[in-house]
Amino acid sequence: MDEQVRPILEKYQYKKEFLISILQDVQAVHYYLPKEVLEQLSQALQIPISKIYSVATFFKAFSLEPRGRHLINVCVGTACHVRGAVRVMEGIEREIGIGPGETDSDLKFSLEAANCLGCCALGPVMVVDGEYHGKLSTAKAVEVLRGYE
Amino acid sequence: MVTLTINGREHQAEEGTTILELARSRGIPIPALCNHEAVKPYGACRLCMVEIAKDGRSRLVTSCLYQVEEGLEVQTHSEKVINVRRGIVELLLSRCPNVRVVRDLATELHIKEPLFPIENEDEDCILCGLCARVCTEVVGVSAISLVNKGTGKEAASPFHDVANDCIGCLSCAFVCPTGAIKAEDREGYREIPKWGVRLKLKQCETCGYLFAPEKQLQYISKHECIPEDSLNRCQDCRSKAGG
Repeated sequence: MDEQVRPILEKYQYKKEFLISILQDVQAVHYYLPKEVLEQLSQALQIPISKIYSVATFFKAFSLEPRGRHLINVCVGTACHVRGAVRVMEGIEREIGIGPGETDSDLKFSLEAANCLGCCALGPVMVVDGEYHGKLSTAKAVEVLRGYE
Repeated sequence: MVTLTINGREHQAEEGTTILELARSRGIPIPALCNHEAVKPYGACRLCMVEIAKDGRSRLVTSCLYQVEEGLEVQTHSEKVINVRRGIVELLLSRCPNVRVVRDLATELHIKEPLFPIENEDEDCILCGLCARVCTEVVGVSAISLVNKGTGKEAASPFHDVANDCIGCLSCAFVCPTGAIKAEDREGYREIPKWGVRLKLKQCETCGYLFAPEKQLQYISKHECIPEDSLNRCQDCRSKAGG
């Protein structure tokens, strides 16, 4: 079994009902849900693989494709849009060389467009690994991203 | 026992009976596609909507899930019900324009054209989930499931790859109301392309007929505690031999 998965299963005492929490923890370690790990979970939790696949594909927060170490969510909702989110997004795309929904080849960044992050007063806004960066300009967004390894 | 009325006529039913079960047992037609006696009611297709009234208030419920209540007044073909049902069939027809049962329902409700542009002429799955539910509830295998969500929802094998747990019993194809699951037995194998499955068939040792996938027989043997060599003959030869 995957060395990093065992402690996660132990934390949740191998209980089926914690599947979603377990998947979240697995994704926090691997940045996505590898097929092999899902198969191991199926064995360990005694949940059919079809059910796990069903859950893993249901939530947008889960990815079955490899993702970068850092997840960037750029808001392109109405409030951010009118404040220039499109230009911010374009600046980010130029900086890291990928578009929304993509992951760069050295698995550093994954980029996602969000429809609203619920903090319109901060717009244009992006979230990197859960950290909010508000009142963005293209230059500021690029500067923030250059700070990530 | 509770007493209620359906379309103005009084009926009695055991507690716990659903409106759909009662109506059907009394010959009152209510359309439904996701309902099957072999599995628990699910409420996916919404076709079985009926109008219920109690204490002067009326609302629409899925009759496959709603259980009978004392004094309930049920309408299965009121204007409200027909409107909702027509709306659902219009959506189904837009998704699956060439599926027989959907077309028949549309004709019944005088729907001539699909309401929305058709994305895929050959789409035949209405996402009722019966295949996955039978696989879990009746067969006990859970080889397939409904995956993704919203417009991307579909019945699929894990990872859209080979459904490794499938035993090839074809229960899914049997319950599918639209015939969306196709299977073929050829050259000694059973193929179910939708689940990526190809399973070797067992030959009856008496008549030579290829009667069931070996994997299904192994499954039956294991789960019903029947010795595997007692499953070496097809059903016909077994009954001829008197058991």
